Amino acid sequence: MLSFGGARFQRLGEEARAKLLITVDGCTAAAHEGDTLLVAILTNGGSLRQSEFGDGNRAGFCLMGACQDCWVWTETGERLRACTTVVTEGLRVLTKAPEARWPALA
Amino acid sequence: MASPRIVIVGAGPAGVRAAETLLAAGLRPILVDEGRRDGGQIYRRQPDNFRRSYAALYGTEASSAENLHRAFDALRNAVDYRPETLAWAISDKRLHVVTGAWSDVLDFDALIIASGATDRLMPVRGWNMAGVYSLGGAQIALKSQACAIGRRVVFMGTGPLLYLVAAQYKKAGAGVAAVLDTSPFRLRLKALPRLMARPEVLAKGLALTWALKRSGIDIQTGIEPLEIEGQRENGVEGIRYRTRRGKTRVIPCDAVALGYHLRPETQLADLARCEFRFDSGTRQFFPVKDEDGRSSIPGIYLSGDGAIPLGADGAELAGRLAALAVLADLGHAVPESARSGLRRSLRAMERFRRGLAAAFPWPAHFAAALGGDTVVCRCENITTGELRAAVTEKGGVELNRAKAFSRVGMGRCQGRYCGHAAAEIIAAAAKIPVEEVGRLRAQAPVKPLPIATGDHGVGAA
Ligand SMILES: Cc1cc2nc3c(=O)[nH]c(=O)nc-3n(C[C@H](O)[C@H](O)[C@H](O)COP(=O)(O)OP(=O)(O)OC[C@H]3O[C@@H](n4cnc5c(N)ncnc54)[C@H](O)[C@@H]3O)c2cc1C
Ligand code: FES
Repeated sequence: MLSFGGARFQRLGEEARAKLLITVDGCTAAAHEGDTLLVAILTNGGSLRQSEFGDGNRAGFCLMGACQDCWVWTETGERLRACTTVVTEGLRVLTKAPEARWPALA
Repeated sequence: MASPRIVIVGAGPAGVRAAETLLAAGLRPILVDEGRRDGGQIYRRQPDNFRRSYAALYGTEASSAENLHRAFDALRNAVDYRPETLAWAISDKRLHVVTGAWSDVLDFDALIIASGATDRLMPVRGWNMAGVYSLGGAQIALKSQACAIGRRVVFMGTGPLLYLVAAQYKKAGAGVAAVLDTSPFRLRLKALPRLMARPEVLAKGLALTWALKRSGIDIQTGIEPLEIEGQRENGVEGIRYRTRRGKTRVIPCDAVALGYHLRPETQLADLARCEFRFDSGTRQFFPVKDEDGRSSIPGIYLSGDGAIPLGADGAELAGRLAALAVLADLGHAVPESARSGLRRSLRAMERFRRGLAAAFPWPAHFAAALGGDTVVCRCENITTGELRAAVTEKGGVELNRAKAFSRVGMGRCQGRYCGHAAAEIIAAAAKIPVEEVGRLRAQAPVKPLPIATGDHGVGAA
């Protein structure tokens, strides 16, 4: 996972919710039921993905489904918008698009 | 006559009140919203298993929020409510929608667009780094996920939302490093007569700013943003700005919430070929509508922040009024008295909106001062210098031509976050008024569609 200097987002409550585990780039990460995928990743690490245009790491921007800065992928190549996706137990995501899927995305 | 087919896009304050009004007249509209839950931006509901009270979540707006949620709960089964459904195109009198991987076409006699707004942004060097969020995004992290966007957050930009979100962060126990407002304080005094159009809102705003000050937060007005400092990998580490006295200062922080008021989501209105007009007070284009919400195209009605941002109360009134206009146009008897009160209140809100625009102006002049290496398009990492070259070397002085030459506005966000600043950069480079630069034309799909949605592919991605 793109994890630098610990968590970016800070939880300010609502931590009594049930916990669940997801997998990000093969590493296990703890989350809470009701978390968006963006929050689940950013309470574990510093960013969501690398900009494909070479200007560094990205961690989302609008959180309301408008900027599309928060795309991650399932292991089967389905694109997820992390800020509007709710985590489920065992969800497995990649922060880079699986290579094999690129033609399908063109 | 068969029952008229009415579709509402948006289940925020405007859309919910429109649906309620139609239902009261015996009609059953389809209510489409992209979100999982109703409430729209300001009153978006937290997930079911969150426990915070209305008072904790919505502060002084708790009763308005609760009222709107109750109103929605009462109509949810009576209307054809379709959550998690994106309206992505309009052709003639047909609305194209997609729910997950399932798409549908809704024929309509009347369409009420209540699509809300997104943050209005002016670039600053470094705003493409991890840890920079739109101001509204910072609020969503808190309201719908109980998170702060960082340990030490700087709020930068202008407008009432800047102070509101900083106060909400402080109250929730988040670290607020500073509030940096680009508007000089004196403009607030000058705008006071117009702001008096809504004395109760003005009083709330003053109380909130006072509470922020008293809690010891560094509030600076009349500043000029210089750079968000940090590293490509780790993201934000600080913010450098010029004080109103011209001194350069740096504030260490790990997150920045950035926003300059709101801009309406007008793509659907544009695809329906509604006319737009330039609003000189805020230097942006709004779709043309009459007082009740009729657009220039028969059958298309515009309401709430998706037409002109007036705030949540204004959106509720505008939603009601648009529904009454639909009813009147369909031949229902609508008493004039029902409409005149709503119109009067909306006029006061419009006056207040102009007051806010004068008190907290969009800082157009910063666009001319942006360094050539400052990224203007966050989606594709395109710089201000590249955009200026499209103007000076290729003659792209109209926004859509400059977009074709530079790709600014062509990325994933489809120009939502760069479009207004790009227009200002072009206007300054070409030395022409910004209204002559024009506005980005909307393209379907208005947002990228899920990959699995058949022929339509991934849209603008
Ligand atoms: C992030 C954010 C935070 C805000 N916070 C405050 C605040 O604290 N206080 C305040 O007074 N004002 C706030 N505002 C302004 C506030 O949004 C409004 O005053 C109010 O919510 C407007 O109501 P509305 O019904 O017009 O739009 P909204 O409440 O924005 O509702 C629009 C709805 O339309 C849906 N929608 C839009 N386009 C489509 C589409 N193509 N297909 C399907 N559904 C669609 C959206 O999902 C949304 O639910 C905020 C605005 C934003 C953007
Ligand atoms: S953060 Fe903007 S779309 Fe997800």
